[in-house]
Amino acid sequence: MSEELRSAVAAGVLGAERDFRELLQSIVEVARAIFRAKASSIFLLDEPSDELVFEAVAGEGSDSLVGRRFPSSTGIAGFVLVSRQPLVIEDVIEDPRFSRETAESTGFVPKGLMAVPLLHEERALGVLEVLDRPSDSRFTLAEMDLLGMFANQAAIALDLLQRARRAQSTLADEGDLAVLARLAQKLEQRRAEEEGSAAEFLAALEKVL
Amino acid sequence: MTEEPLPAWSLPTGSVERIELPEAWPGEVTREWAWGGATGGGVRVCILDSGVETNHPLVGDVQECVAISLEGDEVIVDKKDTAGDLCGHGTACAGIVRALAPECDLASVRVLGAGFTGSGAVLLEGLRWAVEQGYDVINMSLSTTKQKFASLLHELADTAYFRRTMLVASAHNMPVESYPWRFSSVISVGSHEQEDPFAYYYNPTPPVEFFARGVDVEVAWMGGGRLVCTGNSFATPHIAGIAALMLSKHRELTPFQLKSLLYLTATNVGGGS
Repeated sequence: MSEELRSAVAAGVLGAERDFRELLQSIVEVARAIFRAKASSIFLLDEPSDELVFEAVAGEGSDSLVGRRFPSSTGIAGFVLVSRQPLVIEDVIEDPRFSRETAESTGFVPKGLMAVPLLHEERALGVLEVLDRPSDSRFTLAEMDLLGMFANQAAIALDLLQRARRAQSTLADEGDLAVLARLAQKLEQRRAEEEGSAAEFLAALEKVL
Repeated sequence: MTEEPLPAWSLPTGSVERIELPEAWPGEVTREWAWGGATGGGVRVCILDSGVETNHPLVGDVQECVAISLEGDEVIVDKKDTAGDLCGHGTACAGIVRALAPECDLASVRVLGAGFTGSGAVLLEGLRWAVEQGYDVINMSLSTTKQKFASLLHELADTAYFRRTMLVASAHNMPVESYPWRFSSVISVGSHEQEDPFAYYYNPTPPVEFFARGVDVEVAWMGGGRLVCTGNSFATPHIAGIAALMLSKHRELTPFQLKSLLYLTATNVGGGS
């Protein structure tokens, strides 16, 4: 409970989710640019529904895919998530059953992709994919390392996003914790306007407690 | 009269001559001695993965297809799994082993496909089942990051080691803790960029012990297809296939001897000449 309260207060909270989404978006934009790829996406694992959700998309599909969901064991992204192993595949088109339904439902069937699990501490939070890098360049282990670095960054951003969402749902709740969290939030907002009186009130409250 | 077995925990002086190695090792171990003329025949290799597409032109016969799943706490073992490969990855690994050890027996133990939730537990149970079957080699191109499974996986890896089942597992190429590749009773494999499937390197600074071909590898995929793939997932079955060759020529090798033989024949040790 106290961890939830801490995260609710620490996150601030409104607006934090938007910031973290921008961070994720910036990661896929940079990944796409560095690998000279057609698209790049970050999927978040939604554990309650056991689904992967498009959280950020750069390039092809960027205007329509965010929020789209599919089962967590589907296709390459699903495999990468479960096996915790990064995978690079060229010429996907030669594979007639490569999660084609999922790929076609997104309106974009890639020829090649790099997929890497987003791991934070012992949790697998999602998957980063980079689609269709230039076919004239041979893949190297140095690129795999680079992909791993992006994955690390994306995993931290996804973790922050999840914390912000948990904090928000704590605030939206009706329990005692929510009342306390809202009180803390309101005090935080008042502090800017009436710093003196809020601080006095806090000191008085502390004495009572 | 049958002799008493040697006690496993001590060696009385009078028993020294009773320690017999089934085969004398040559003064200089060469690749020719290690697997020259071998086909993998008689060696049972298990692919613990997403399933294997049977009769794929690059895979051929698969002797056994098993699927592991959980219903609550109960482990369900379907010994006649007909789902094939749910993703393509297991077929890719099987094809690599087949290419290197064309006459080995292949078994598929599918531990993927039931979604993400519970996947760590299914992996653990799949490995437990595979170790109980006494396969000679188990290829694991996957891992778990869940700490709660680490000690059980460690125990299973050690059990496999003492039962002469060689676990060959993909290392992670990111700085994360995952299992079972980090355990010393398994062979952990990372990738090098060369094209020779028989080029492999010993790494004196573990946890990764060997590097094998893992970049731009043409592999079997679902629907009878082929793909070009990169990842430690594909380096691992190269070592599994070479281990199968060695075991088919020298049936009595223990995992310790097998690792030693891989070391002595590694491209950067004695196998490069």
